[in-house]
Amino acid sequence: MIAGIVIAVVVVILVIIFIAIYNSLVRGRNQVKNAWAQIDVQLKRRYDLIPNLVETVRGYMKHERETLEAVTRARNAAQQMSSAGAGERARAEGELSGALARLLLVVERYPDLKANQNFLALQEELTSTENKISFSRQYYNDSVLKYNNQTQMFPSNIVANISGFKAGEFFEVKDAGERLAPKVNFT
Amino acid sequence: MWEQIRSNRMRSAVLVAGMGVLLLLLGYVLGMFFFDNSIAGMVVALVIWAIMNLVAYAQGDSILLGVAGAHKITRDDHPRLYNIVEEMKIASGLERMPDVYIIDDPALNAFATGRSAEKASVAVTSGLLQRLNRDELQGVIAHEISHIKNRDVLLMSLAGVILGTVVIISWYASRMMFFSGMARGGKRSSDSGGGGGQVIILAIGLVLMILAPIAAHLLYYAISRRREYLADASGALYTRYPEGLASALEKIAGSTVQLKAANQATAPMYTINPFRSGGRAAADLTSTHPPTSERIRILRAMAGGGMADYEQAYRQVRGKGSIIPASALAEAGAVAMRAASPETKPVEETSERIERYRETSDLMWRKSNYRDVTCDCGTILRVPPTYRQTQVRCPHCGRINRV
Repeated sequence: MIAGIVIAVVVVILVIIFIAIYNSLVRGRNQVKNAWAQIDVQLKRRYDLIPNLVETVRGYMKHERETLEAVTRARNAAQQMSSAGAGERARAEGELSGALARLLLVVERYPDLKANQNFLALQEELTSTENKISFSRQYYNDSVLKYNNQTQMFPSNIVANISGFKAGEFFEVKDAGERLAPKVNFT
Repeated sequence: MWEQIRSNRMRSAVLVAGMGVLLLLLGYVLGMFFFDNSIAGMVVALVIWAIMNLVAYAQGDSILLGVAGAHKITRDDHPRLYNIVEEMKIASGLERMPDVYIIDDPALNAFATGRSAEKASVAVTSGLLQRLNRDELQGVIAHEISHIKNRDVLLMSLAGVILGTVVIISWYASRMMFFSGMARGGKRSSDSGGGGGQVIILAIGLVLMILAPIAAHLLYYAISRRREYLADASGALYTRYPEGLASALEKIAGSTVQLKAANQATAPMYTINPFRSGGRAAADLTSTHPPTSERIRILRAMAGGGMADYEQAYRQVRGKGSIIPASALAEAGAVAMRAASPETKPVEETSERIERYRETSDLMWRKSNYRDVTCDCGTILRVPPTYRQTQVRCPHCGRINRV
């Protein structure tokens, strides 16, 4: 009789612990999903801004056809990858960021352009969108790290294995050096 | 880093609970003295506390923002500020975009309000918008968003209400004791026949009435200063660029303009104590903010952008102590810092400052319902809202313009 009660109590406690861990895993997974959606919003915003930017800049920069084309090409390539996984997508977006950074560096050589109100507004939008992309990536990666820890650490890994929670993929720009210091060809 | 919020809440809750215990203790002793019933005293203390809470709740953020003279802005009013707040909202994982306000004041300051993350606001002064570059403004906003994210506003108003209750009860009790307490105390002692006990209670009551407000103040300031360090640490983590906030604090501390609209109640919500006297390091126990020079030194000593880096810098600068809870340190990995934004080149600083100044004053004119009329000669005429005529003469070239 007493043994029965003890077993029942232990089972109830285990079930409660299981439910708590399960719910916290669901919370973690939702946070990762939500963070991913945030990145997606900002990347789409960047796709929309680029044609505008190229249009505004073109009239001023007759000699930078190649730089402009590189940006448009990288944008289209990145947009095509938009349904791919985090890793592949990050590579394409990293290339786009690099191309854009090169363009914005070249802009320094065109004082007329820097006096154009339309361009200045676009530049602020673009700077901020770049920041938002990197901040949402930061938040996404932190969320993935936390969630992955949870799916791999004892005892929550048991619950994760039983209920099929899979580790998330980081969104990392592979060639970080390219982003920070874009090479400019002064010719 | 999310672990950090929870464990901070625990630690601050302990401090607030300490203040609550102080309040109950005061009620206990005073109840024994005045009503011969300690429970009644505690009940009275709790009732006063509840009433103060209701008052504080009723005077929500709208009053605070109203007192500060804040205008709400949209993205179109000031895209840069709005974008920066949005960036920090994303970096901190806040679910809802806080409302953004501008206070028309040349002083350099910013504050955050809102009892919950769902209903929060960030306000900055126009002086701040004029003087800070993008990275610096981002640092300040990150600090404010950290206050929202760490639930500091709610915590500080909770602690503030207890502090106010302790102060009020002690003040009235001391008056009552001097005017009527002595006589009644004497009568009661003859009834019960325990004169010695009454003297002891009187002594404890007196000591407590003097010490309780001081202790409550010290606890309140301890909570407040701790939250400032933590908001600096989370701010650095969100931006991954501690130098932005450090350089902003330097500019703010160097400014001699005092904020008009601040009062003692709103002081803990600002980035920097609005009542600091120029130059003096307010390192004493009764300051709501840690000394600014120390905050700057800690931020500059950081080797990376993470919580662990802040902890290490804090130890290095202060020589002792610890600020970040261990659970947060255990969770966080190494965090790299980012480089400065390309626009913060010192060469461009002057022209950029003029540009920022113009942009901010334009915004303030628009917010006061002034209309812009651009004359053909290039002069911009500002037409006040009370101007009723349909035409205005340009003072520069004499042309007549339609309003």
